[in-house]
Amino acid sequence: MSVFLSITFSGVALGAIYFLAASGLSLIYGLMDILNFAHGLFMTLGAYAGWAVAVHLPSSIGAPGLFALSVVAAVLGGALAAGITEVLFIRPLYGRPVSQILVTIGLDLAVVGLLLGGFGSNSVRIPVPLWLIEATKVGSANLPNVDFLAIALGLAVLFSLEWFLRRTRYGIIIRAGVENRDMVSALGIDVGKAFTLVFVIGGAMAGLAGLLYAVVFSGDLVSPLQGDSLLIFAFIVVVIGGLGSIRGSALAALIVGFVQDYTNLYLGGHSGFAEVGNLSVVLLLALVLEWRPRGLMGSVA
Amino acid sequence: MRAIKGLRRSTIVASVLLLLFAVVPLVGWHVPWVLPGTLDVVNSTGTLEVLALCFMFAGIALGYDVMFGFTGLLSLGPVLYFASGVYVFDIALTRWQWPLFPALALTLVVSFVLALVLGAIALRVDGIAFAMVTLAFAQAFFYLIEDNPHNLTGGDTGLAVSNLRLPSILSGAVANTRSIYWIALAFLVVTYAVVWLVTESVTGHVFVAIRENEARLNVLGIRPFRFKLASYVLSSLIASAGGVVYLLIIGTAVPSAVASTTVTLSVLIMVVLGGAGTRWGAVAGAIIYVYLQQYLLKIAALPSFTTLPAPLRVPLSQPQFLLGALFVLFVIFVPGGIAGLVGRLSTKRAAPSLASRWRDSKVAKAIEK
Repeated sequence: MSVFLSITFSGVALGAIYFLAASGLSLIYGLMDILNFAHGLFMTLGAYAGWAVAVHLPSSIGAPGLFALSVVAAVLGGALAAGITEVLFIRPLYGRPVSQILVTIGLDLAVVGLLLGGFGSNSVRIPVPLWLIEATKVGSANLPNVDFLAIALGLAVLFSLEWFLRRTRYGIIIRAGVENRDMVSALGIDVGKAFTLVFVIGGAMAGLAGLLYAVVFSGDLVSPLQGDSLLIFAFIVVVIGGLGSIRGSALAALIVGFVQDYTNLYLGGHSGFAEVGNLSVVLLLALVLEWRPRGLMGSVA
Repeated sequence: MRAIKGLRRSTIVASVLLLLFAVVPLVGWHVPWVLPGTLDVVNSTGTLEVLALCFMFAGIALGYDVMFGFTGLLSLGPVLYFASGVYVFDIALTRWQWPLFPALALTLVVSFVLALVLGAIALRVDGIAFAMVTLAFAQAFFYLIEDNPHNLTGGDTGLAVSNLRLPSILSGAVANTRSIYWIALAFLVVTYAVVWLVTESVTGHVFVAIRENEARLNVLGIRPFRFKLASYVLSSLIASAGGVVYLLIIGTAVPSAVASTTVTLSVLIMVVLGGAGTRWGAVAGAIIYVYLQQYLLKIAALPSFTTLPAPLRVPLSQPQFLLGALFVLFVIFVPGGIAGLVGRLSTKRAAPSLASRWRDSKVAKAIEK
């Protein structure tokens, strides 16, 4: 029972990270019809930004303070990378959707190549406070504190994003743009600003996701290829949830997190089943598409 | 009349190039600087191997172009069929010690069935979702190979070919680079012929019609689904056959090299660099890409290069960075790729463009009505 509880808990934590990675992608697609390959890059750069800040600032700040700054740096790093990408590379290609996708692929390859050149395939380690390595006892289960952190941050972002999209002027413009971009521009609203904004928000969430993934699931390690492997699961979450739907992404992220964790727990021990969690997620994707090609909550196919 | 002349000229150019490439293994000239192999001799093993890789990728890029450039389907999963070509062939030869031709037949049948089933599922969605789903399938296949089921694939460490029943021209190493080079060239020629026949046929015109206006085809009573699936399966089979050639060239299968998304992205880049929707563009793009990649690796390993200061050395030693950056520049500034560039520079000489041939085709006329 305690195993079941801790696996469920870690499934929620995984879901939270998938949500952070996927919701930005989903918004970007919904508004701009771009499959943003550079999203994996934003995750990787966010994680590296978090690492760089924690390593280069004086340790007199204290471990918790340093880690908090790492989180801030990851968010800002992801946002900055995304903003630059949108302004320099996406904007010149408006009206050429396939080229926009291709440019994000090229950017991802080029910058990951640069990181590989600089860091090699070795990982760097993000310093974290001791508290994050420990676990909290709930009933009979030992729940890792990092999972609490991921879930708390995931929920905080979900609620702020919902608030932003429903209650603020720009949020409403973005939602309207996802529904019908041409109509929004016809009303005299500058959709271009909304494009940049969506990229920056998506990049910020991606940066956070990259840092959290490193801290929660890969032993505080960051490597140049990490974001790209996370990106594939983010794509799967976006398609299952329905392109353009934040709530769909949240729901799908949770389901994918559970499926991955449970199948790993119950089947992963058998020989030749080490990757069963990842395979089950793809199988889930195929089943959802057979049953509902638009995804769980998608309005656009 | 001009069309016939154009065709004749391009046929002559192609034949001369083919003849030149065919005799390369017999040329022992010493050429400094430009060769990708470590020795500066034209028919050295290293250079022949790189050229064979160029031809192999050119074939795969052509196949991918049928799906992406001609039919307009952005699949991110061609690596799945490349990897199935490499691994099924490798497993049949090495684990089961099958003779060459049964192993080849099995490889193509497995890949055909895989492409048919997975293609039918993935084509339930359009556009971006299709790209994502094909990507996910390819990634699943990567995990499957890494899992090493029944100890077939060798997992992370890979599986080197060993088969005592292979004909001697294929099974050795150095002495047989020559025959493998010719096999790779033959693969490219056959692929080119198949792709030419298909894209010039009525089926090929329907492919282009799908790219241009799928809804219109539906109205005309042509079901696009079957044609999309046909395009997907053809492209996948070519990728598998390319995988077979790859295994002959390299002699070993490692998941990170043959099954990762990087392969897909490389093929996509080759096609876009060369010019999507043109046959020779895809071939030229692939040959230039692979040649540059291998050549840059050679340069980066030179002793004089390693003494450069780090801010210069690090980016220049990464072909992935340089080719990625080149690709970004091409996408922004040269949308038609190399083919588009050549077409613009010499509009007179160019064969009738795809667009004009498309306007003349039966399907286009049917759509216009």
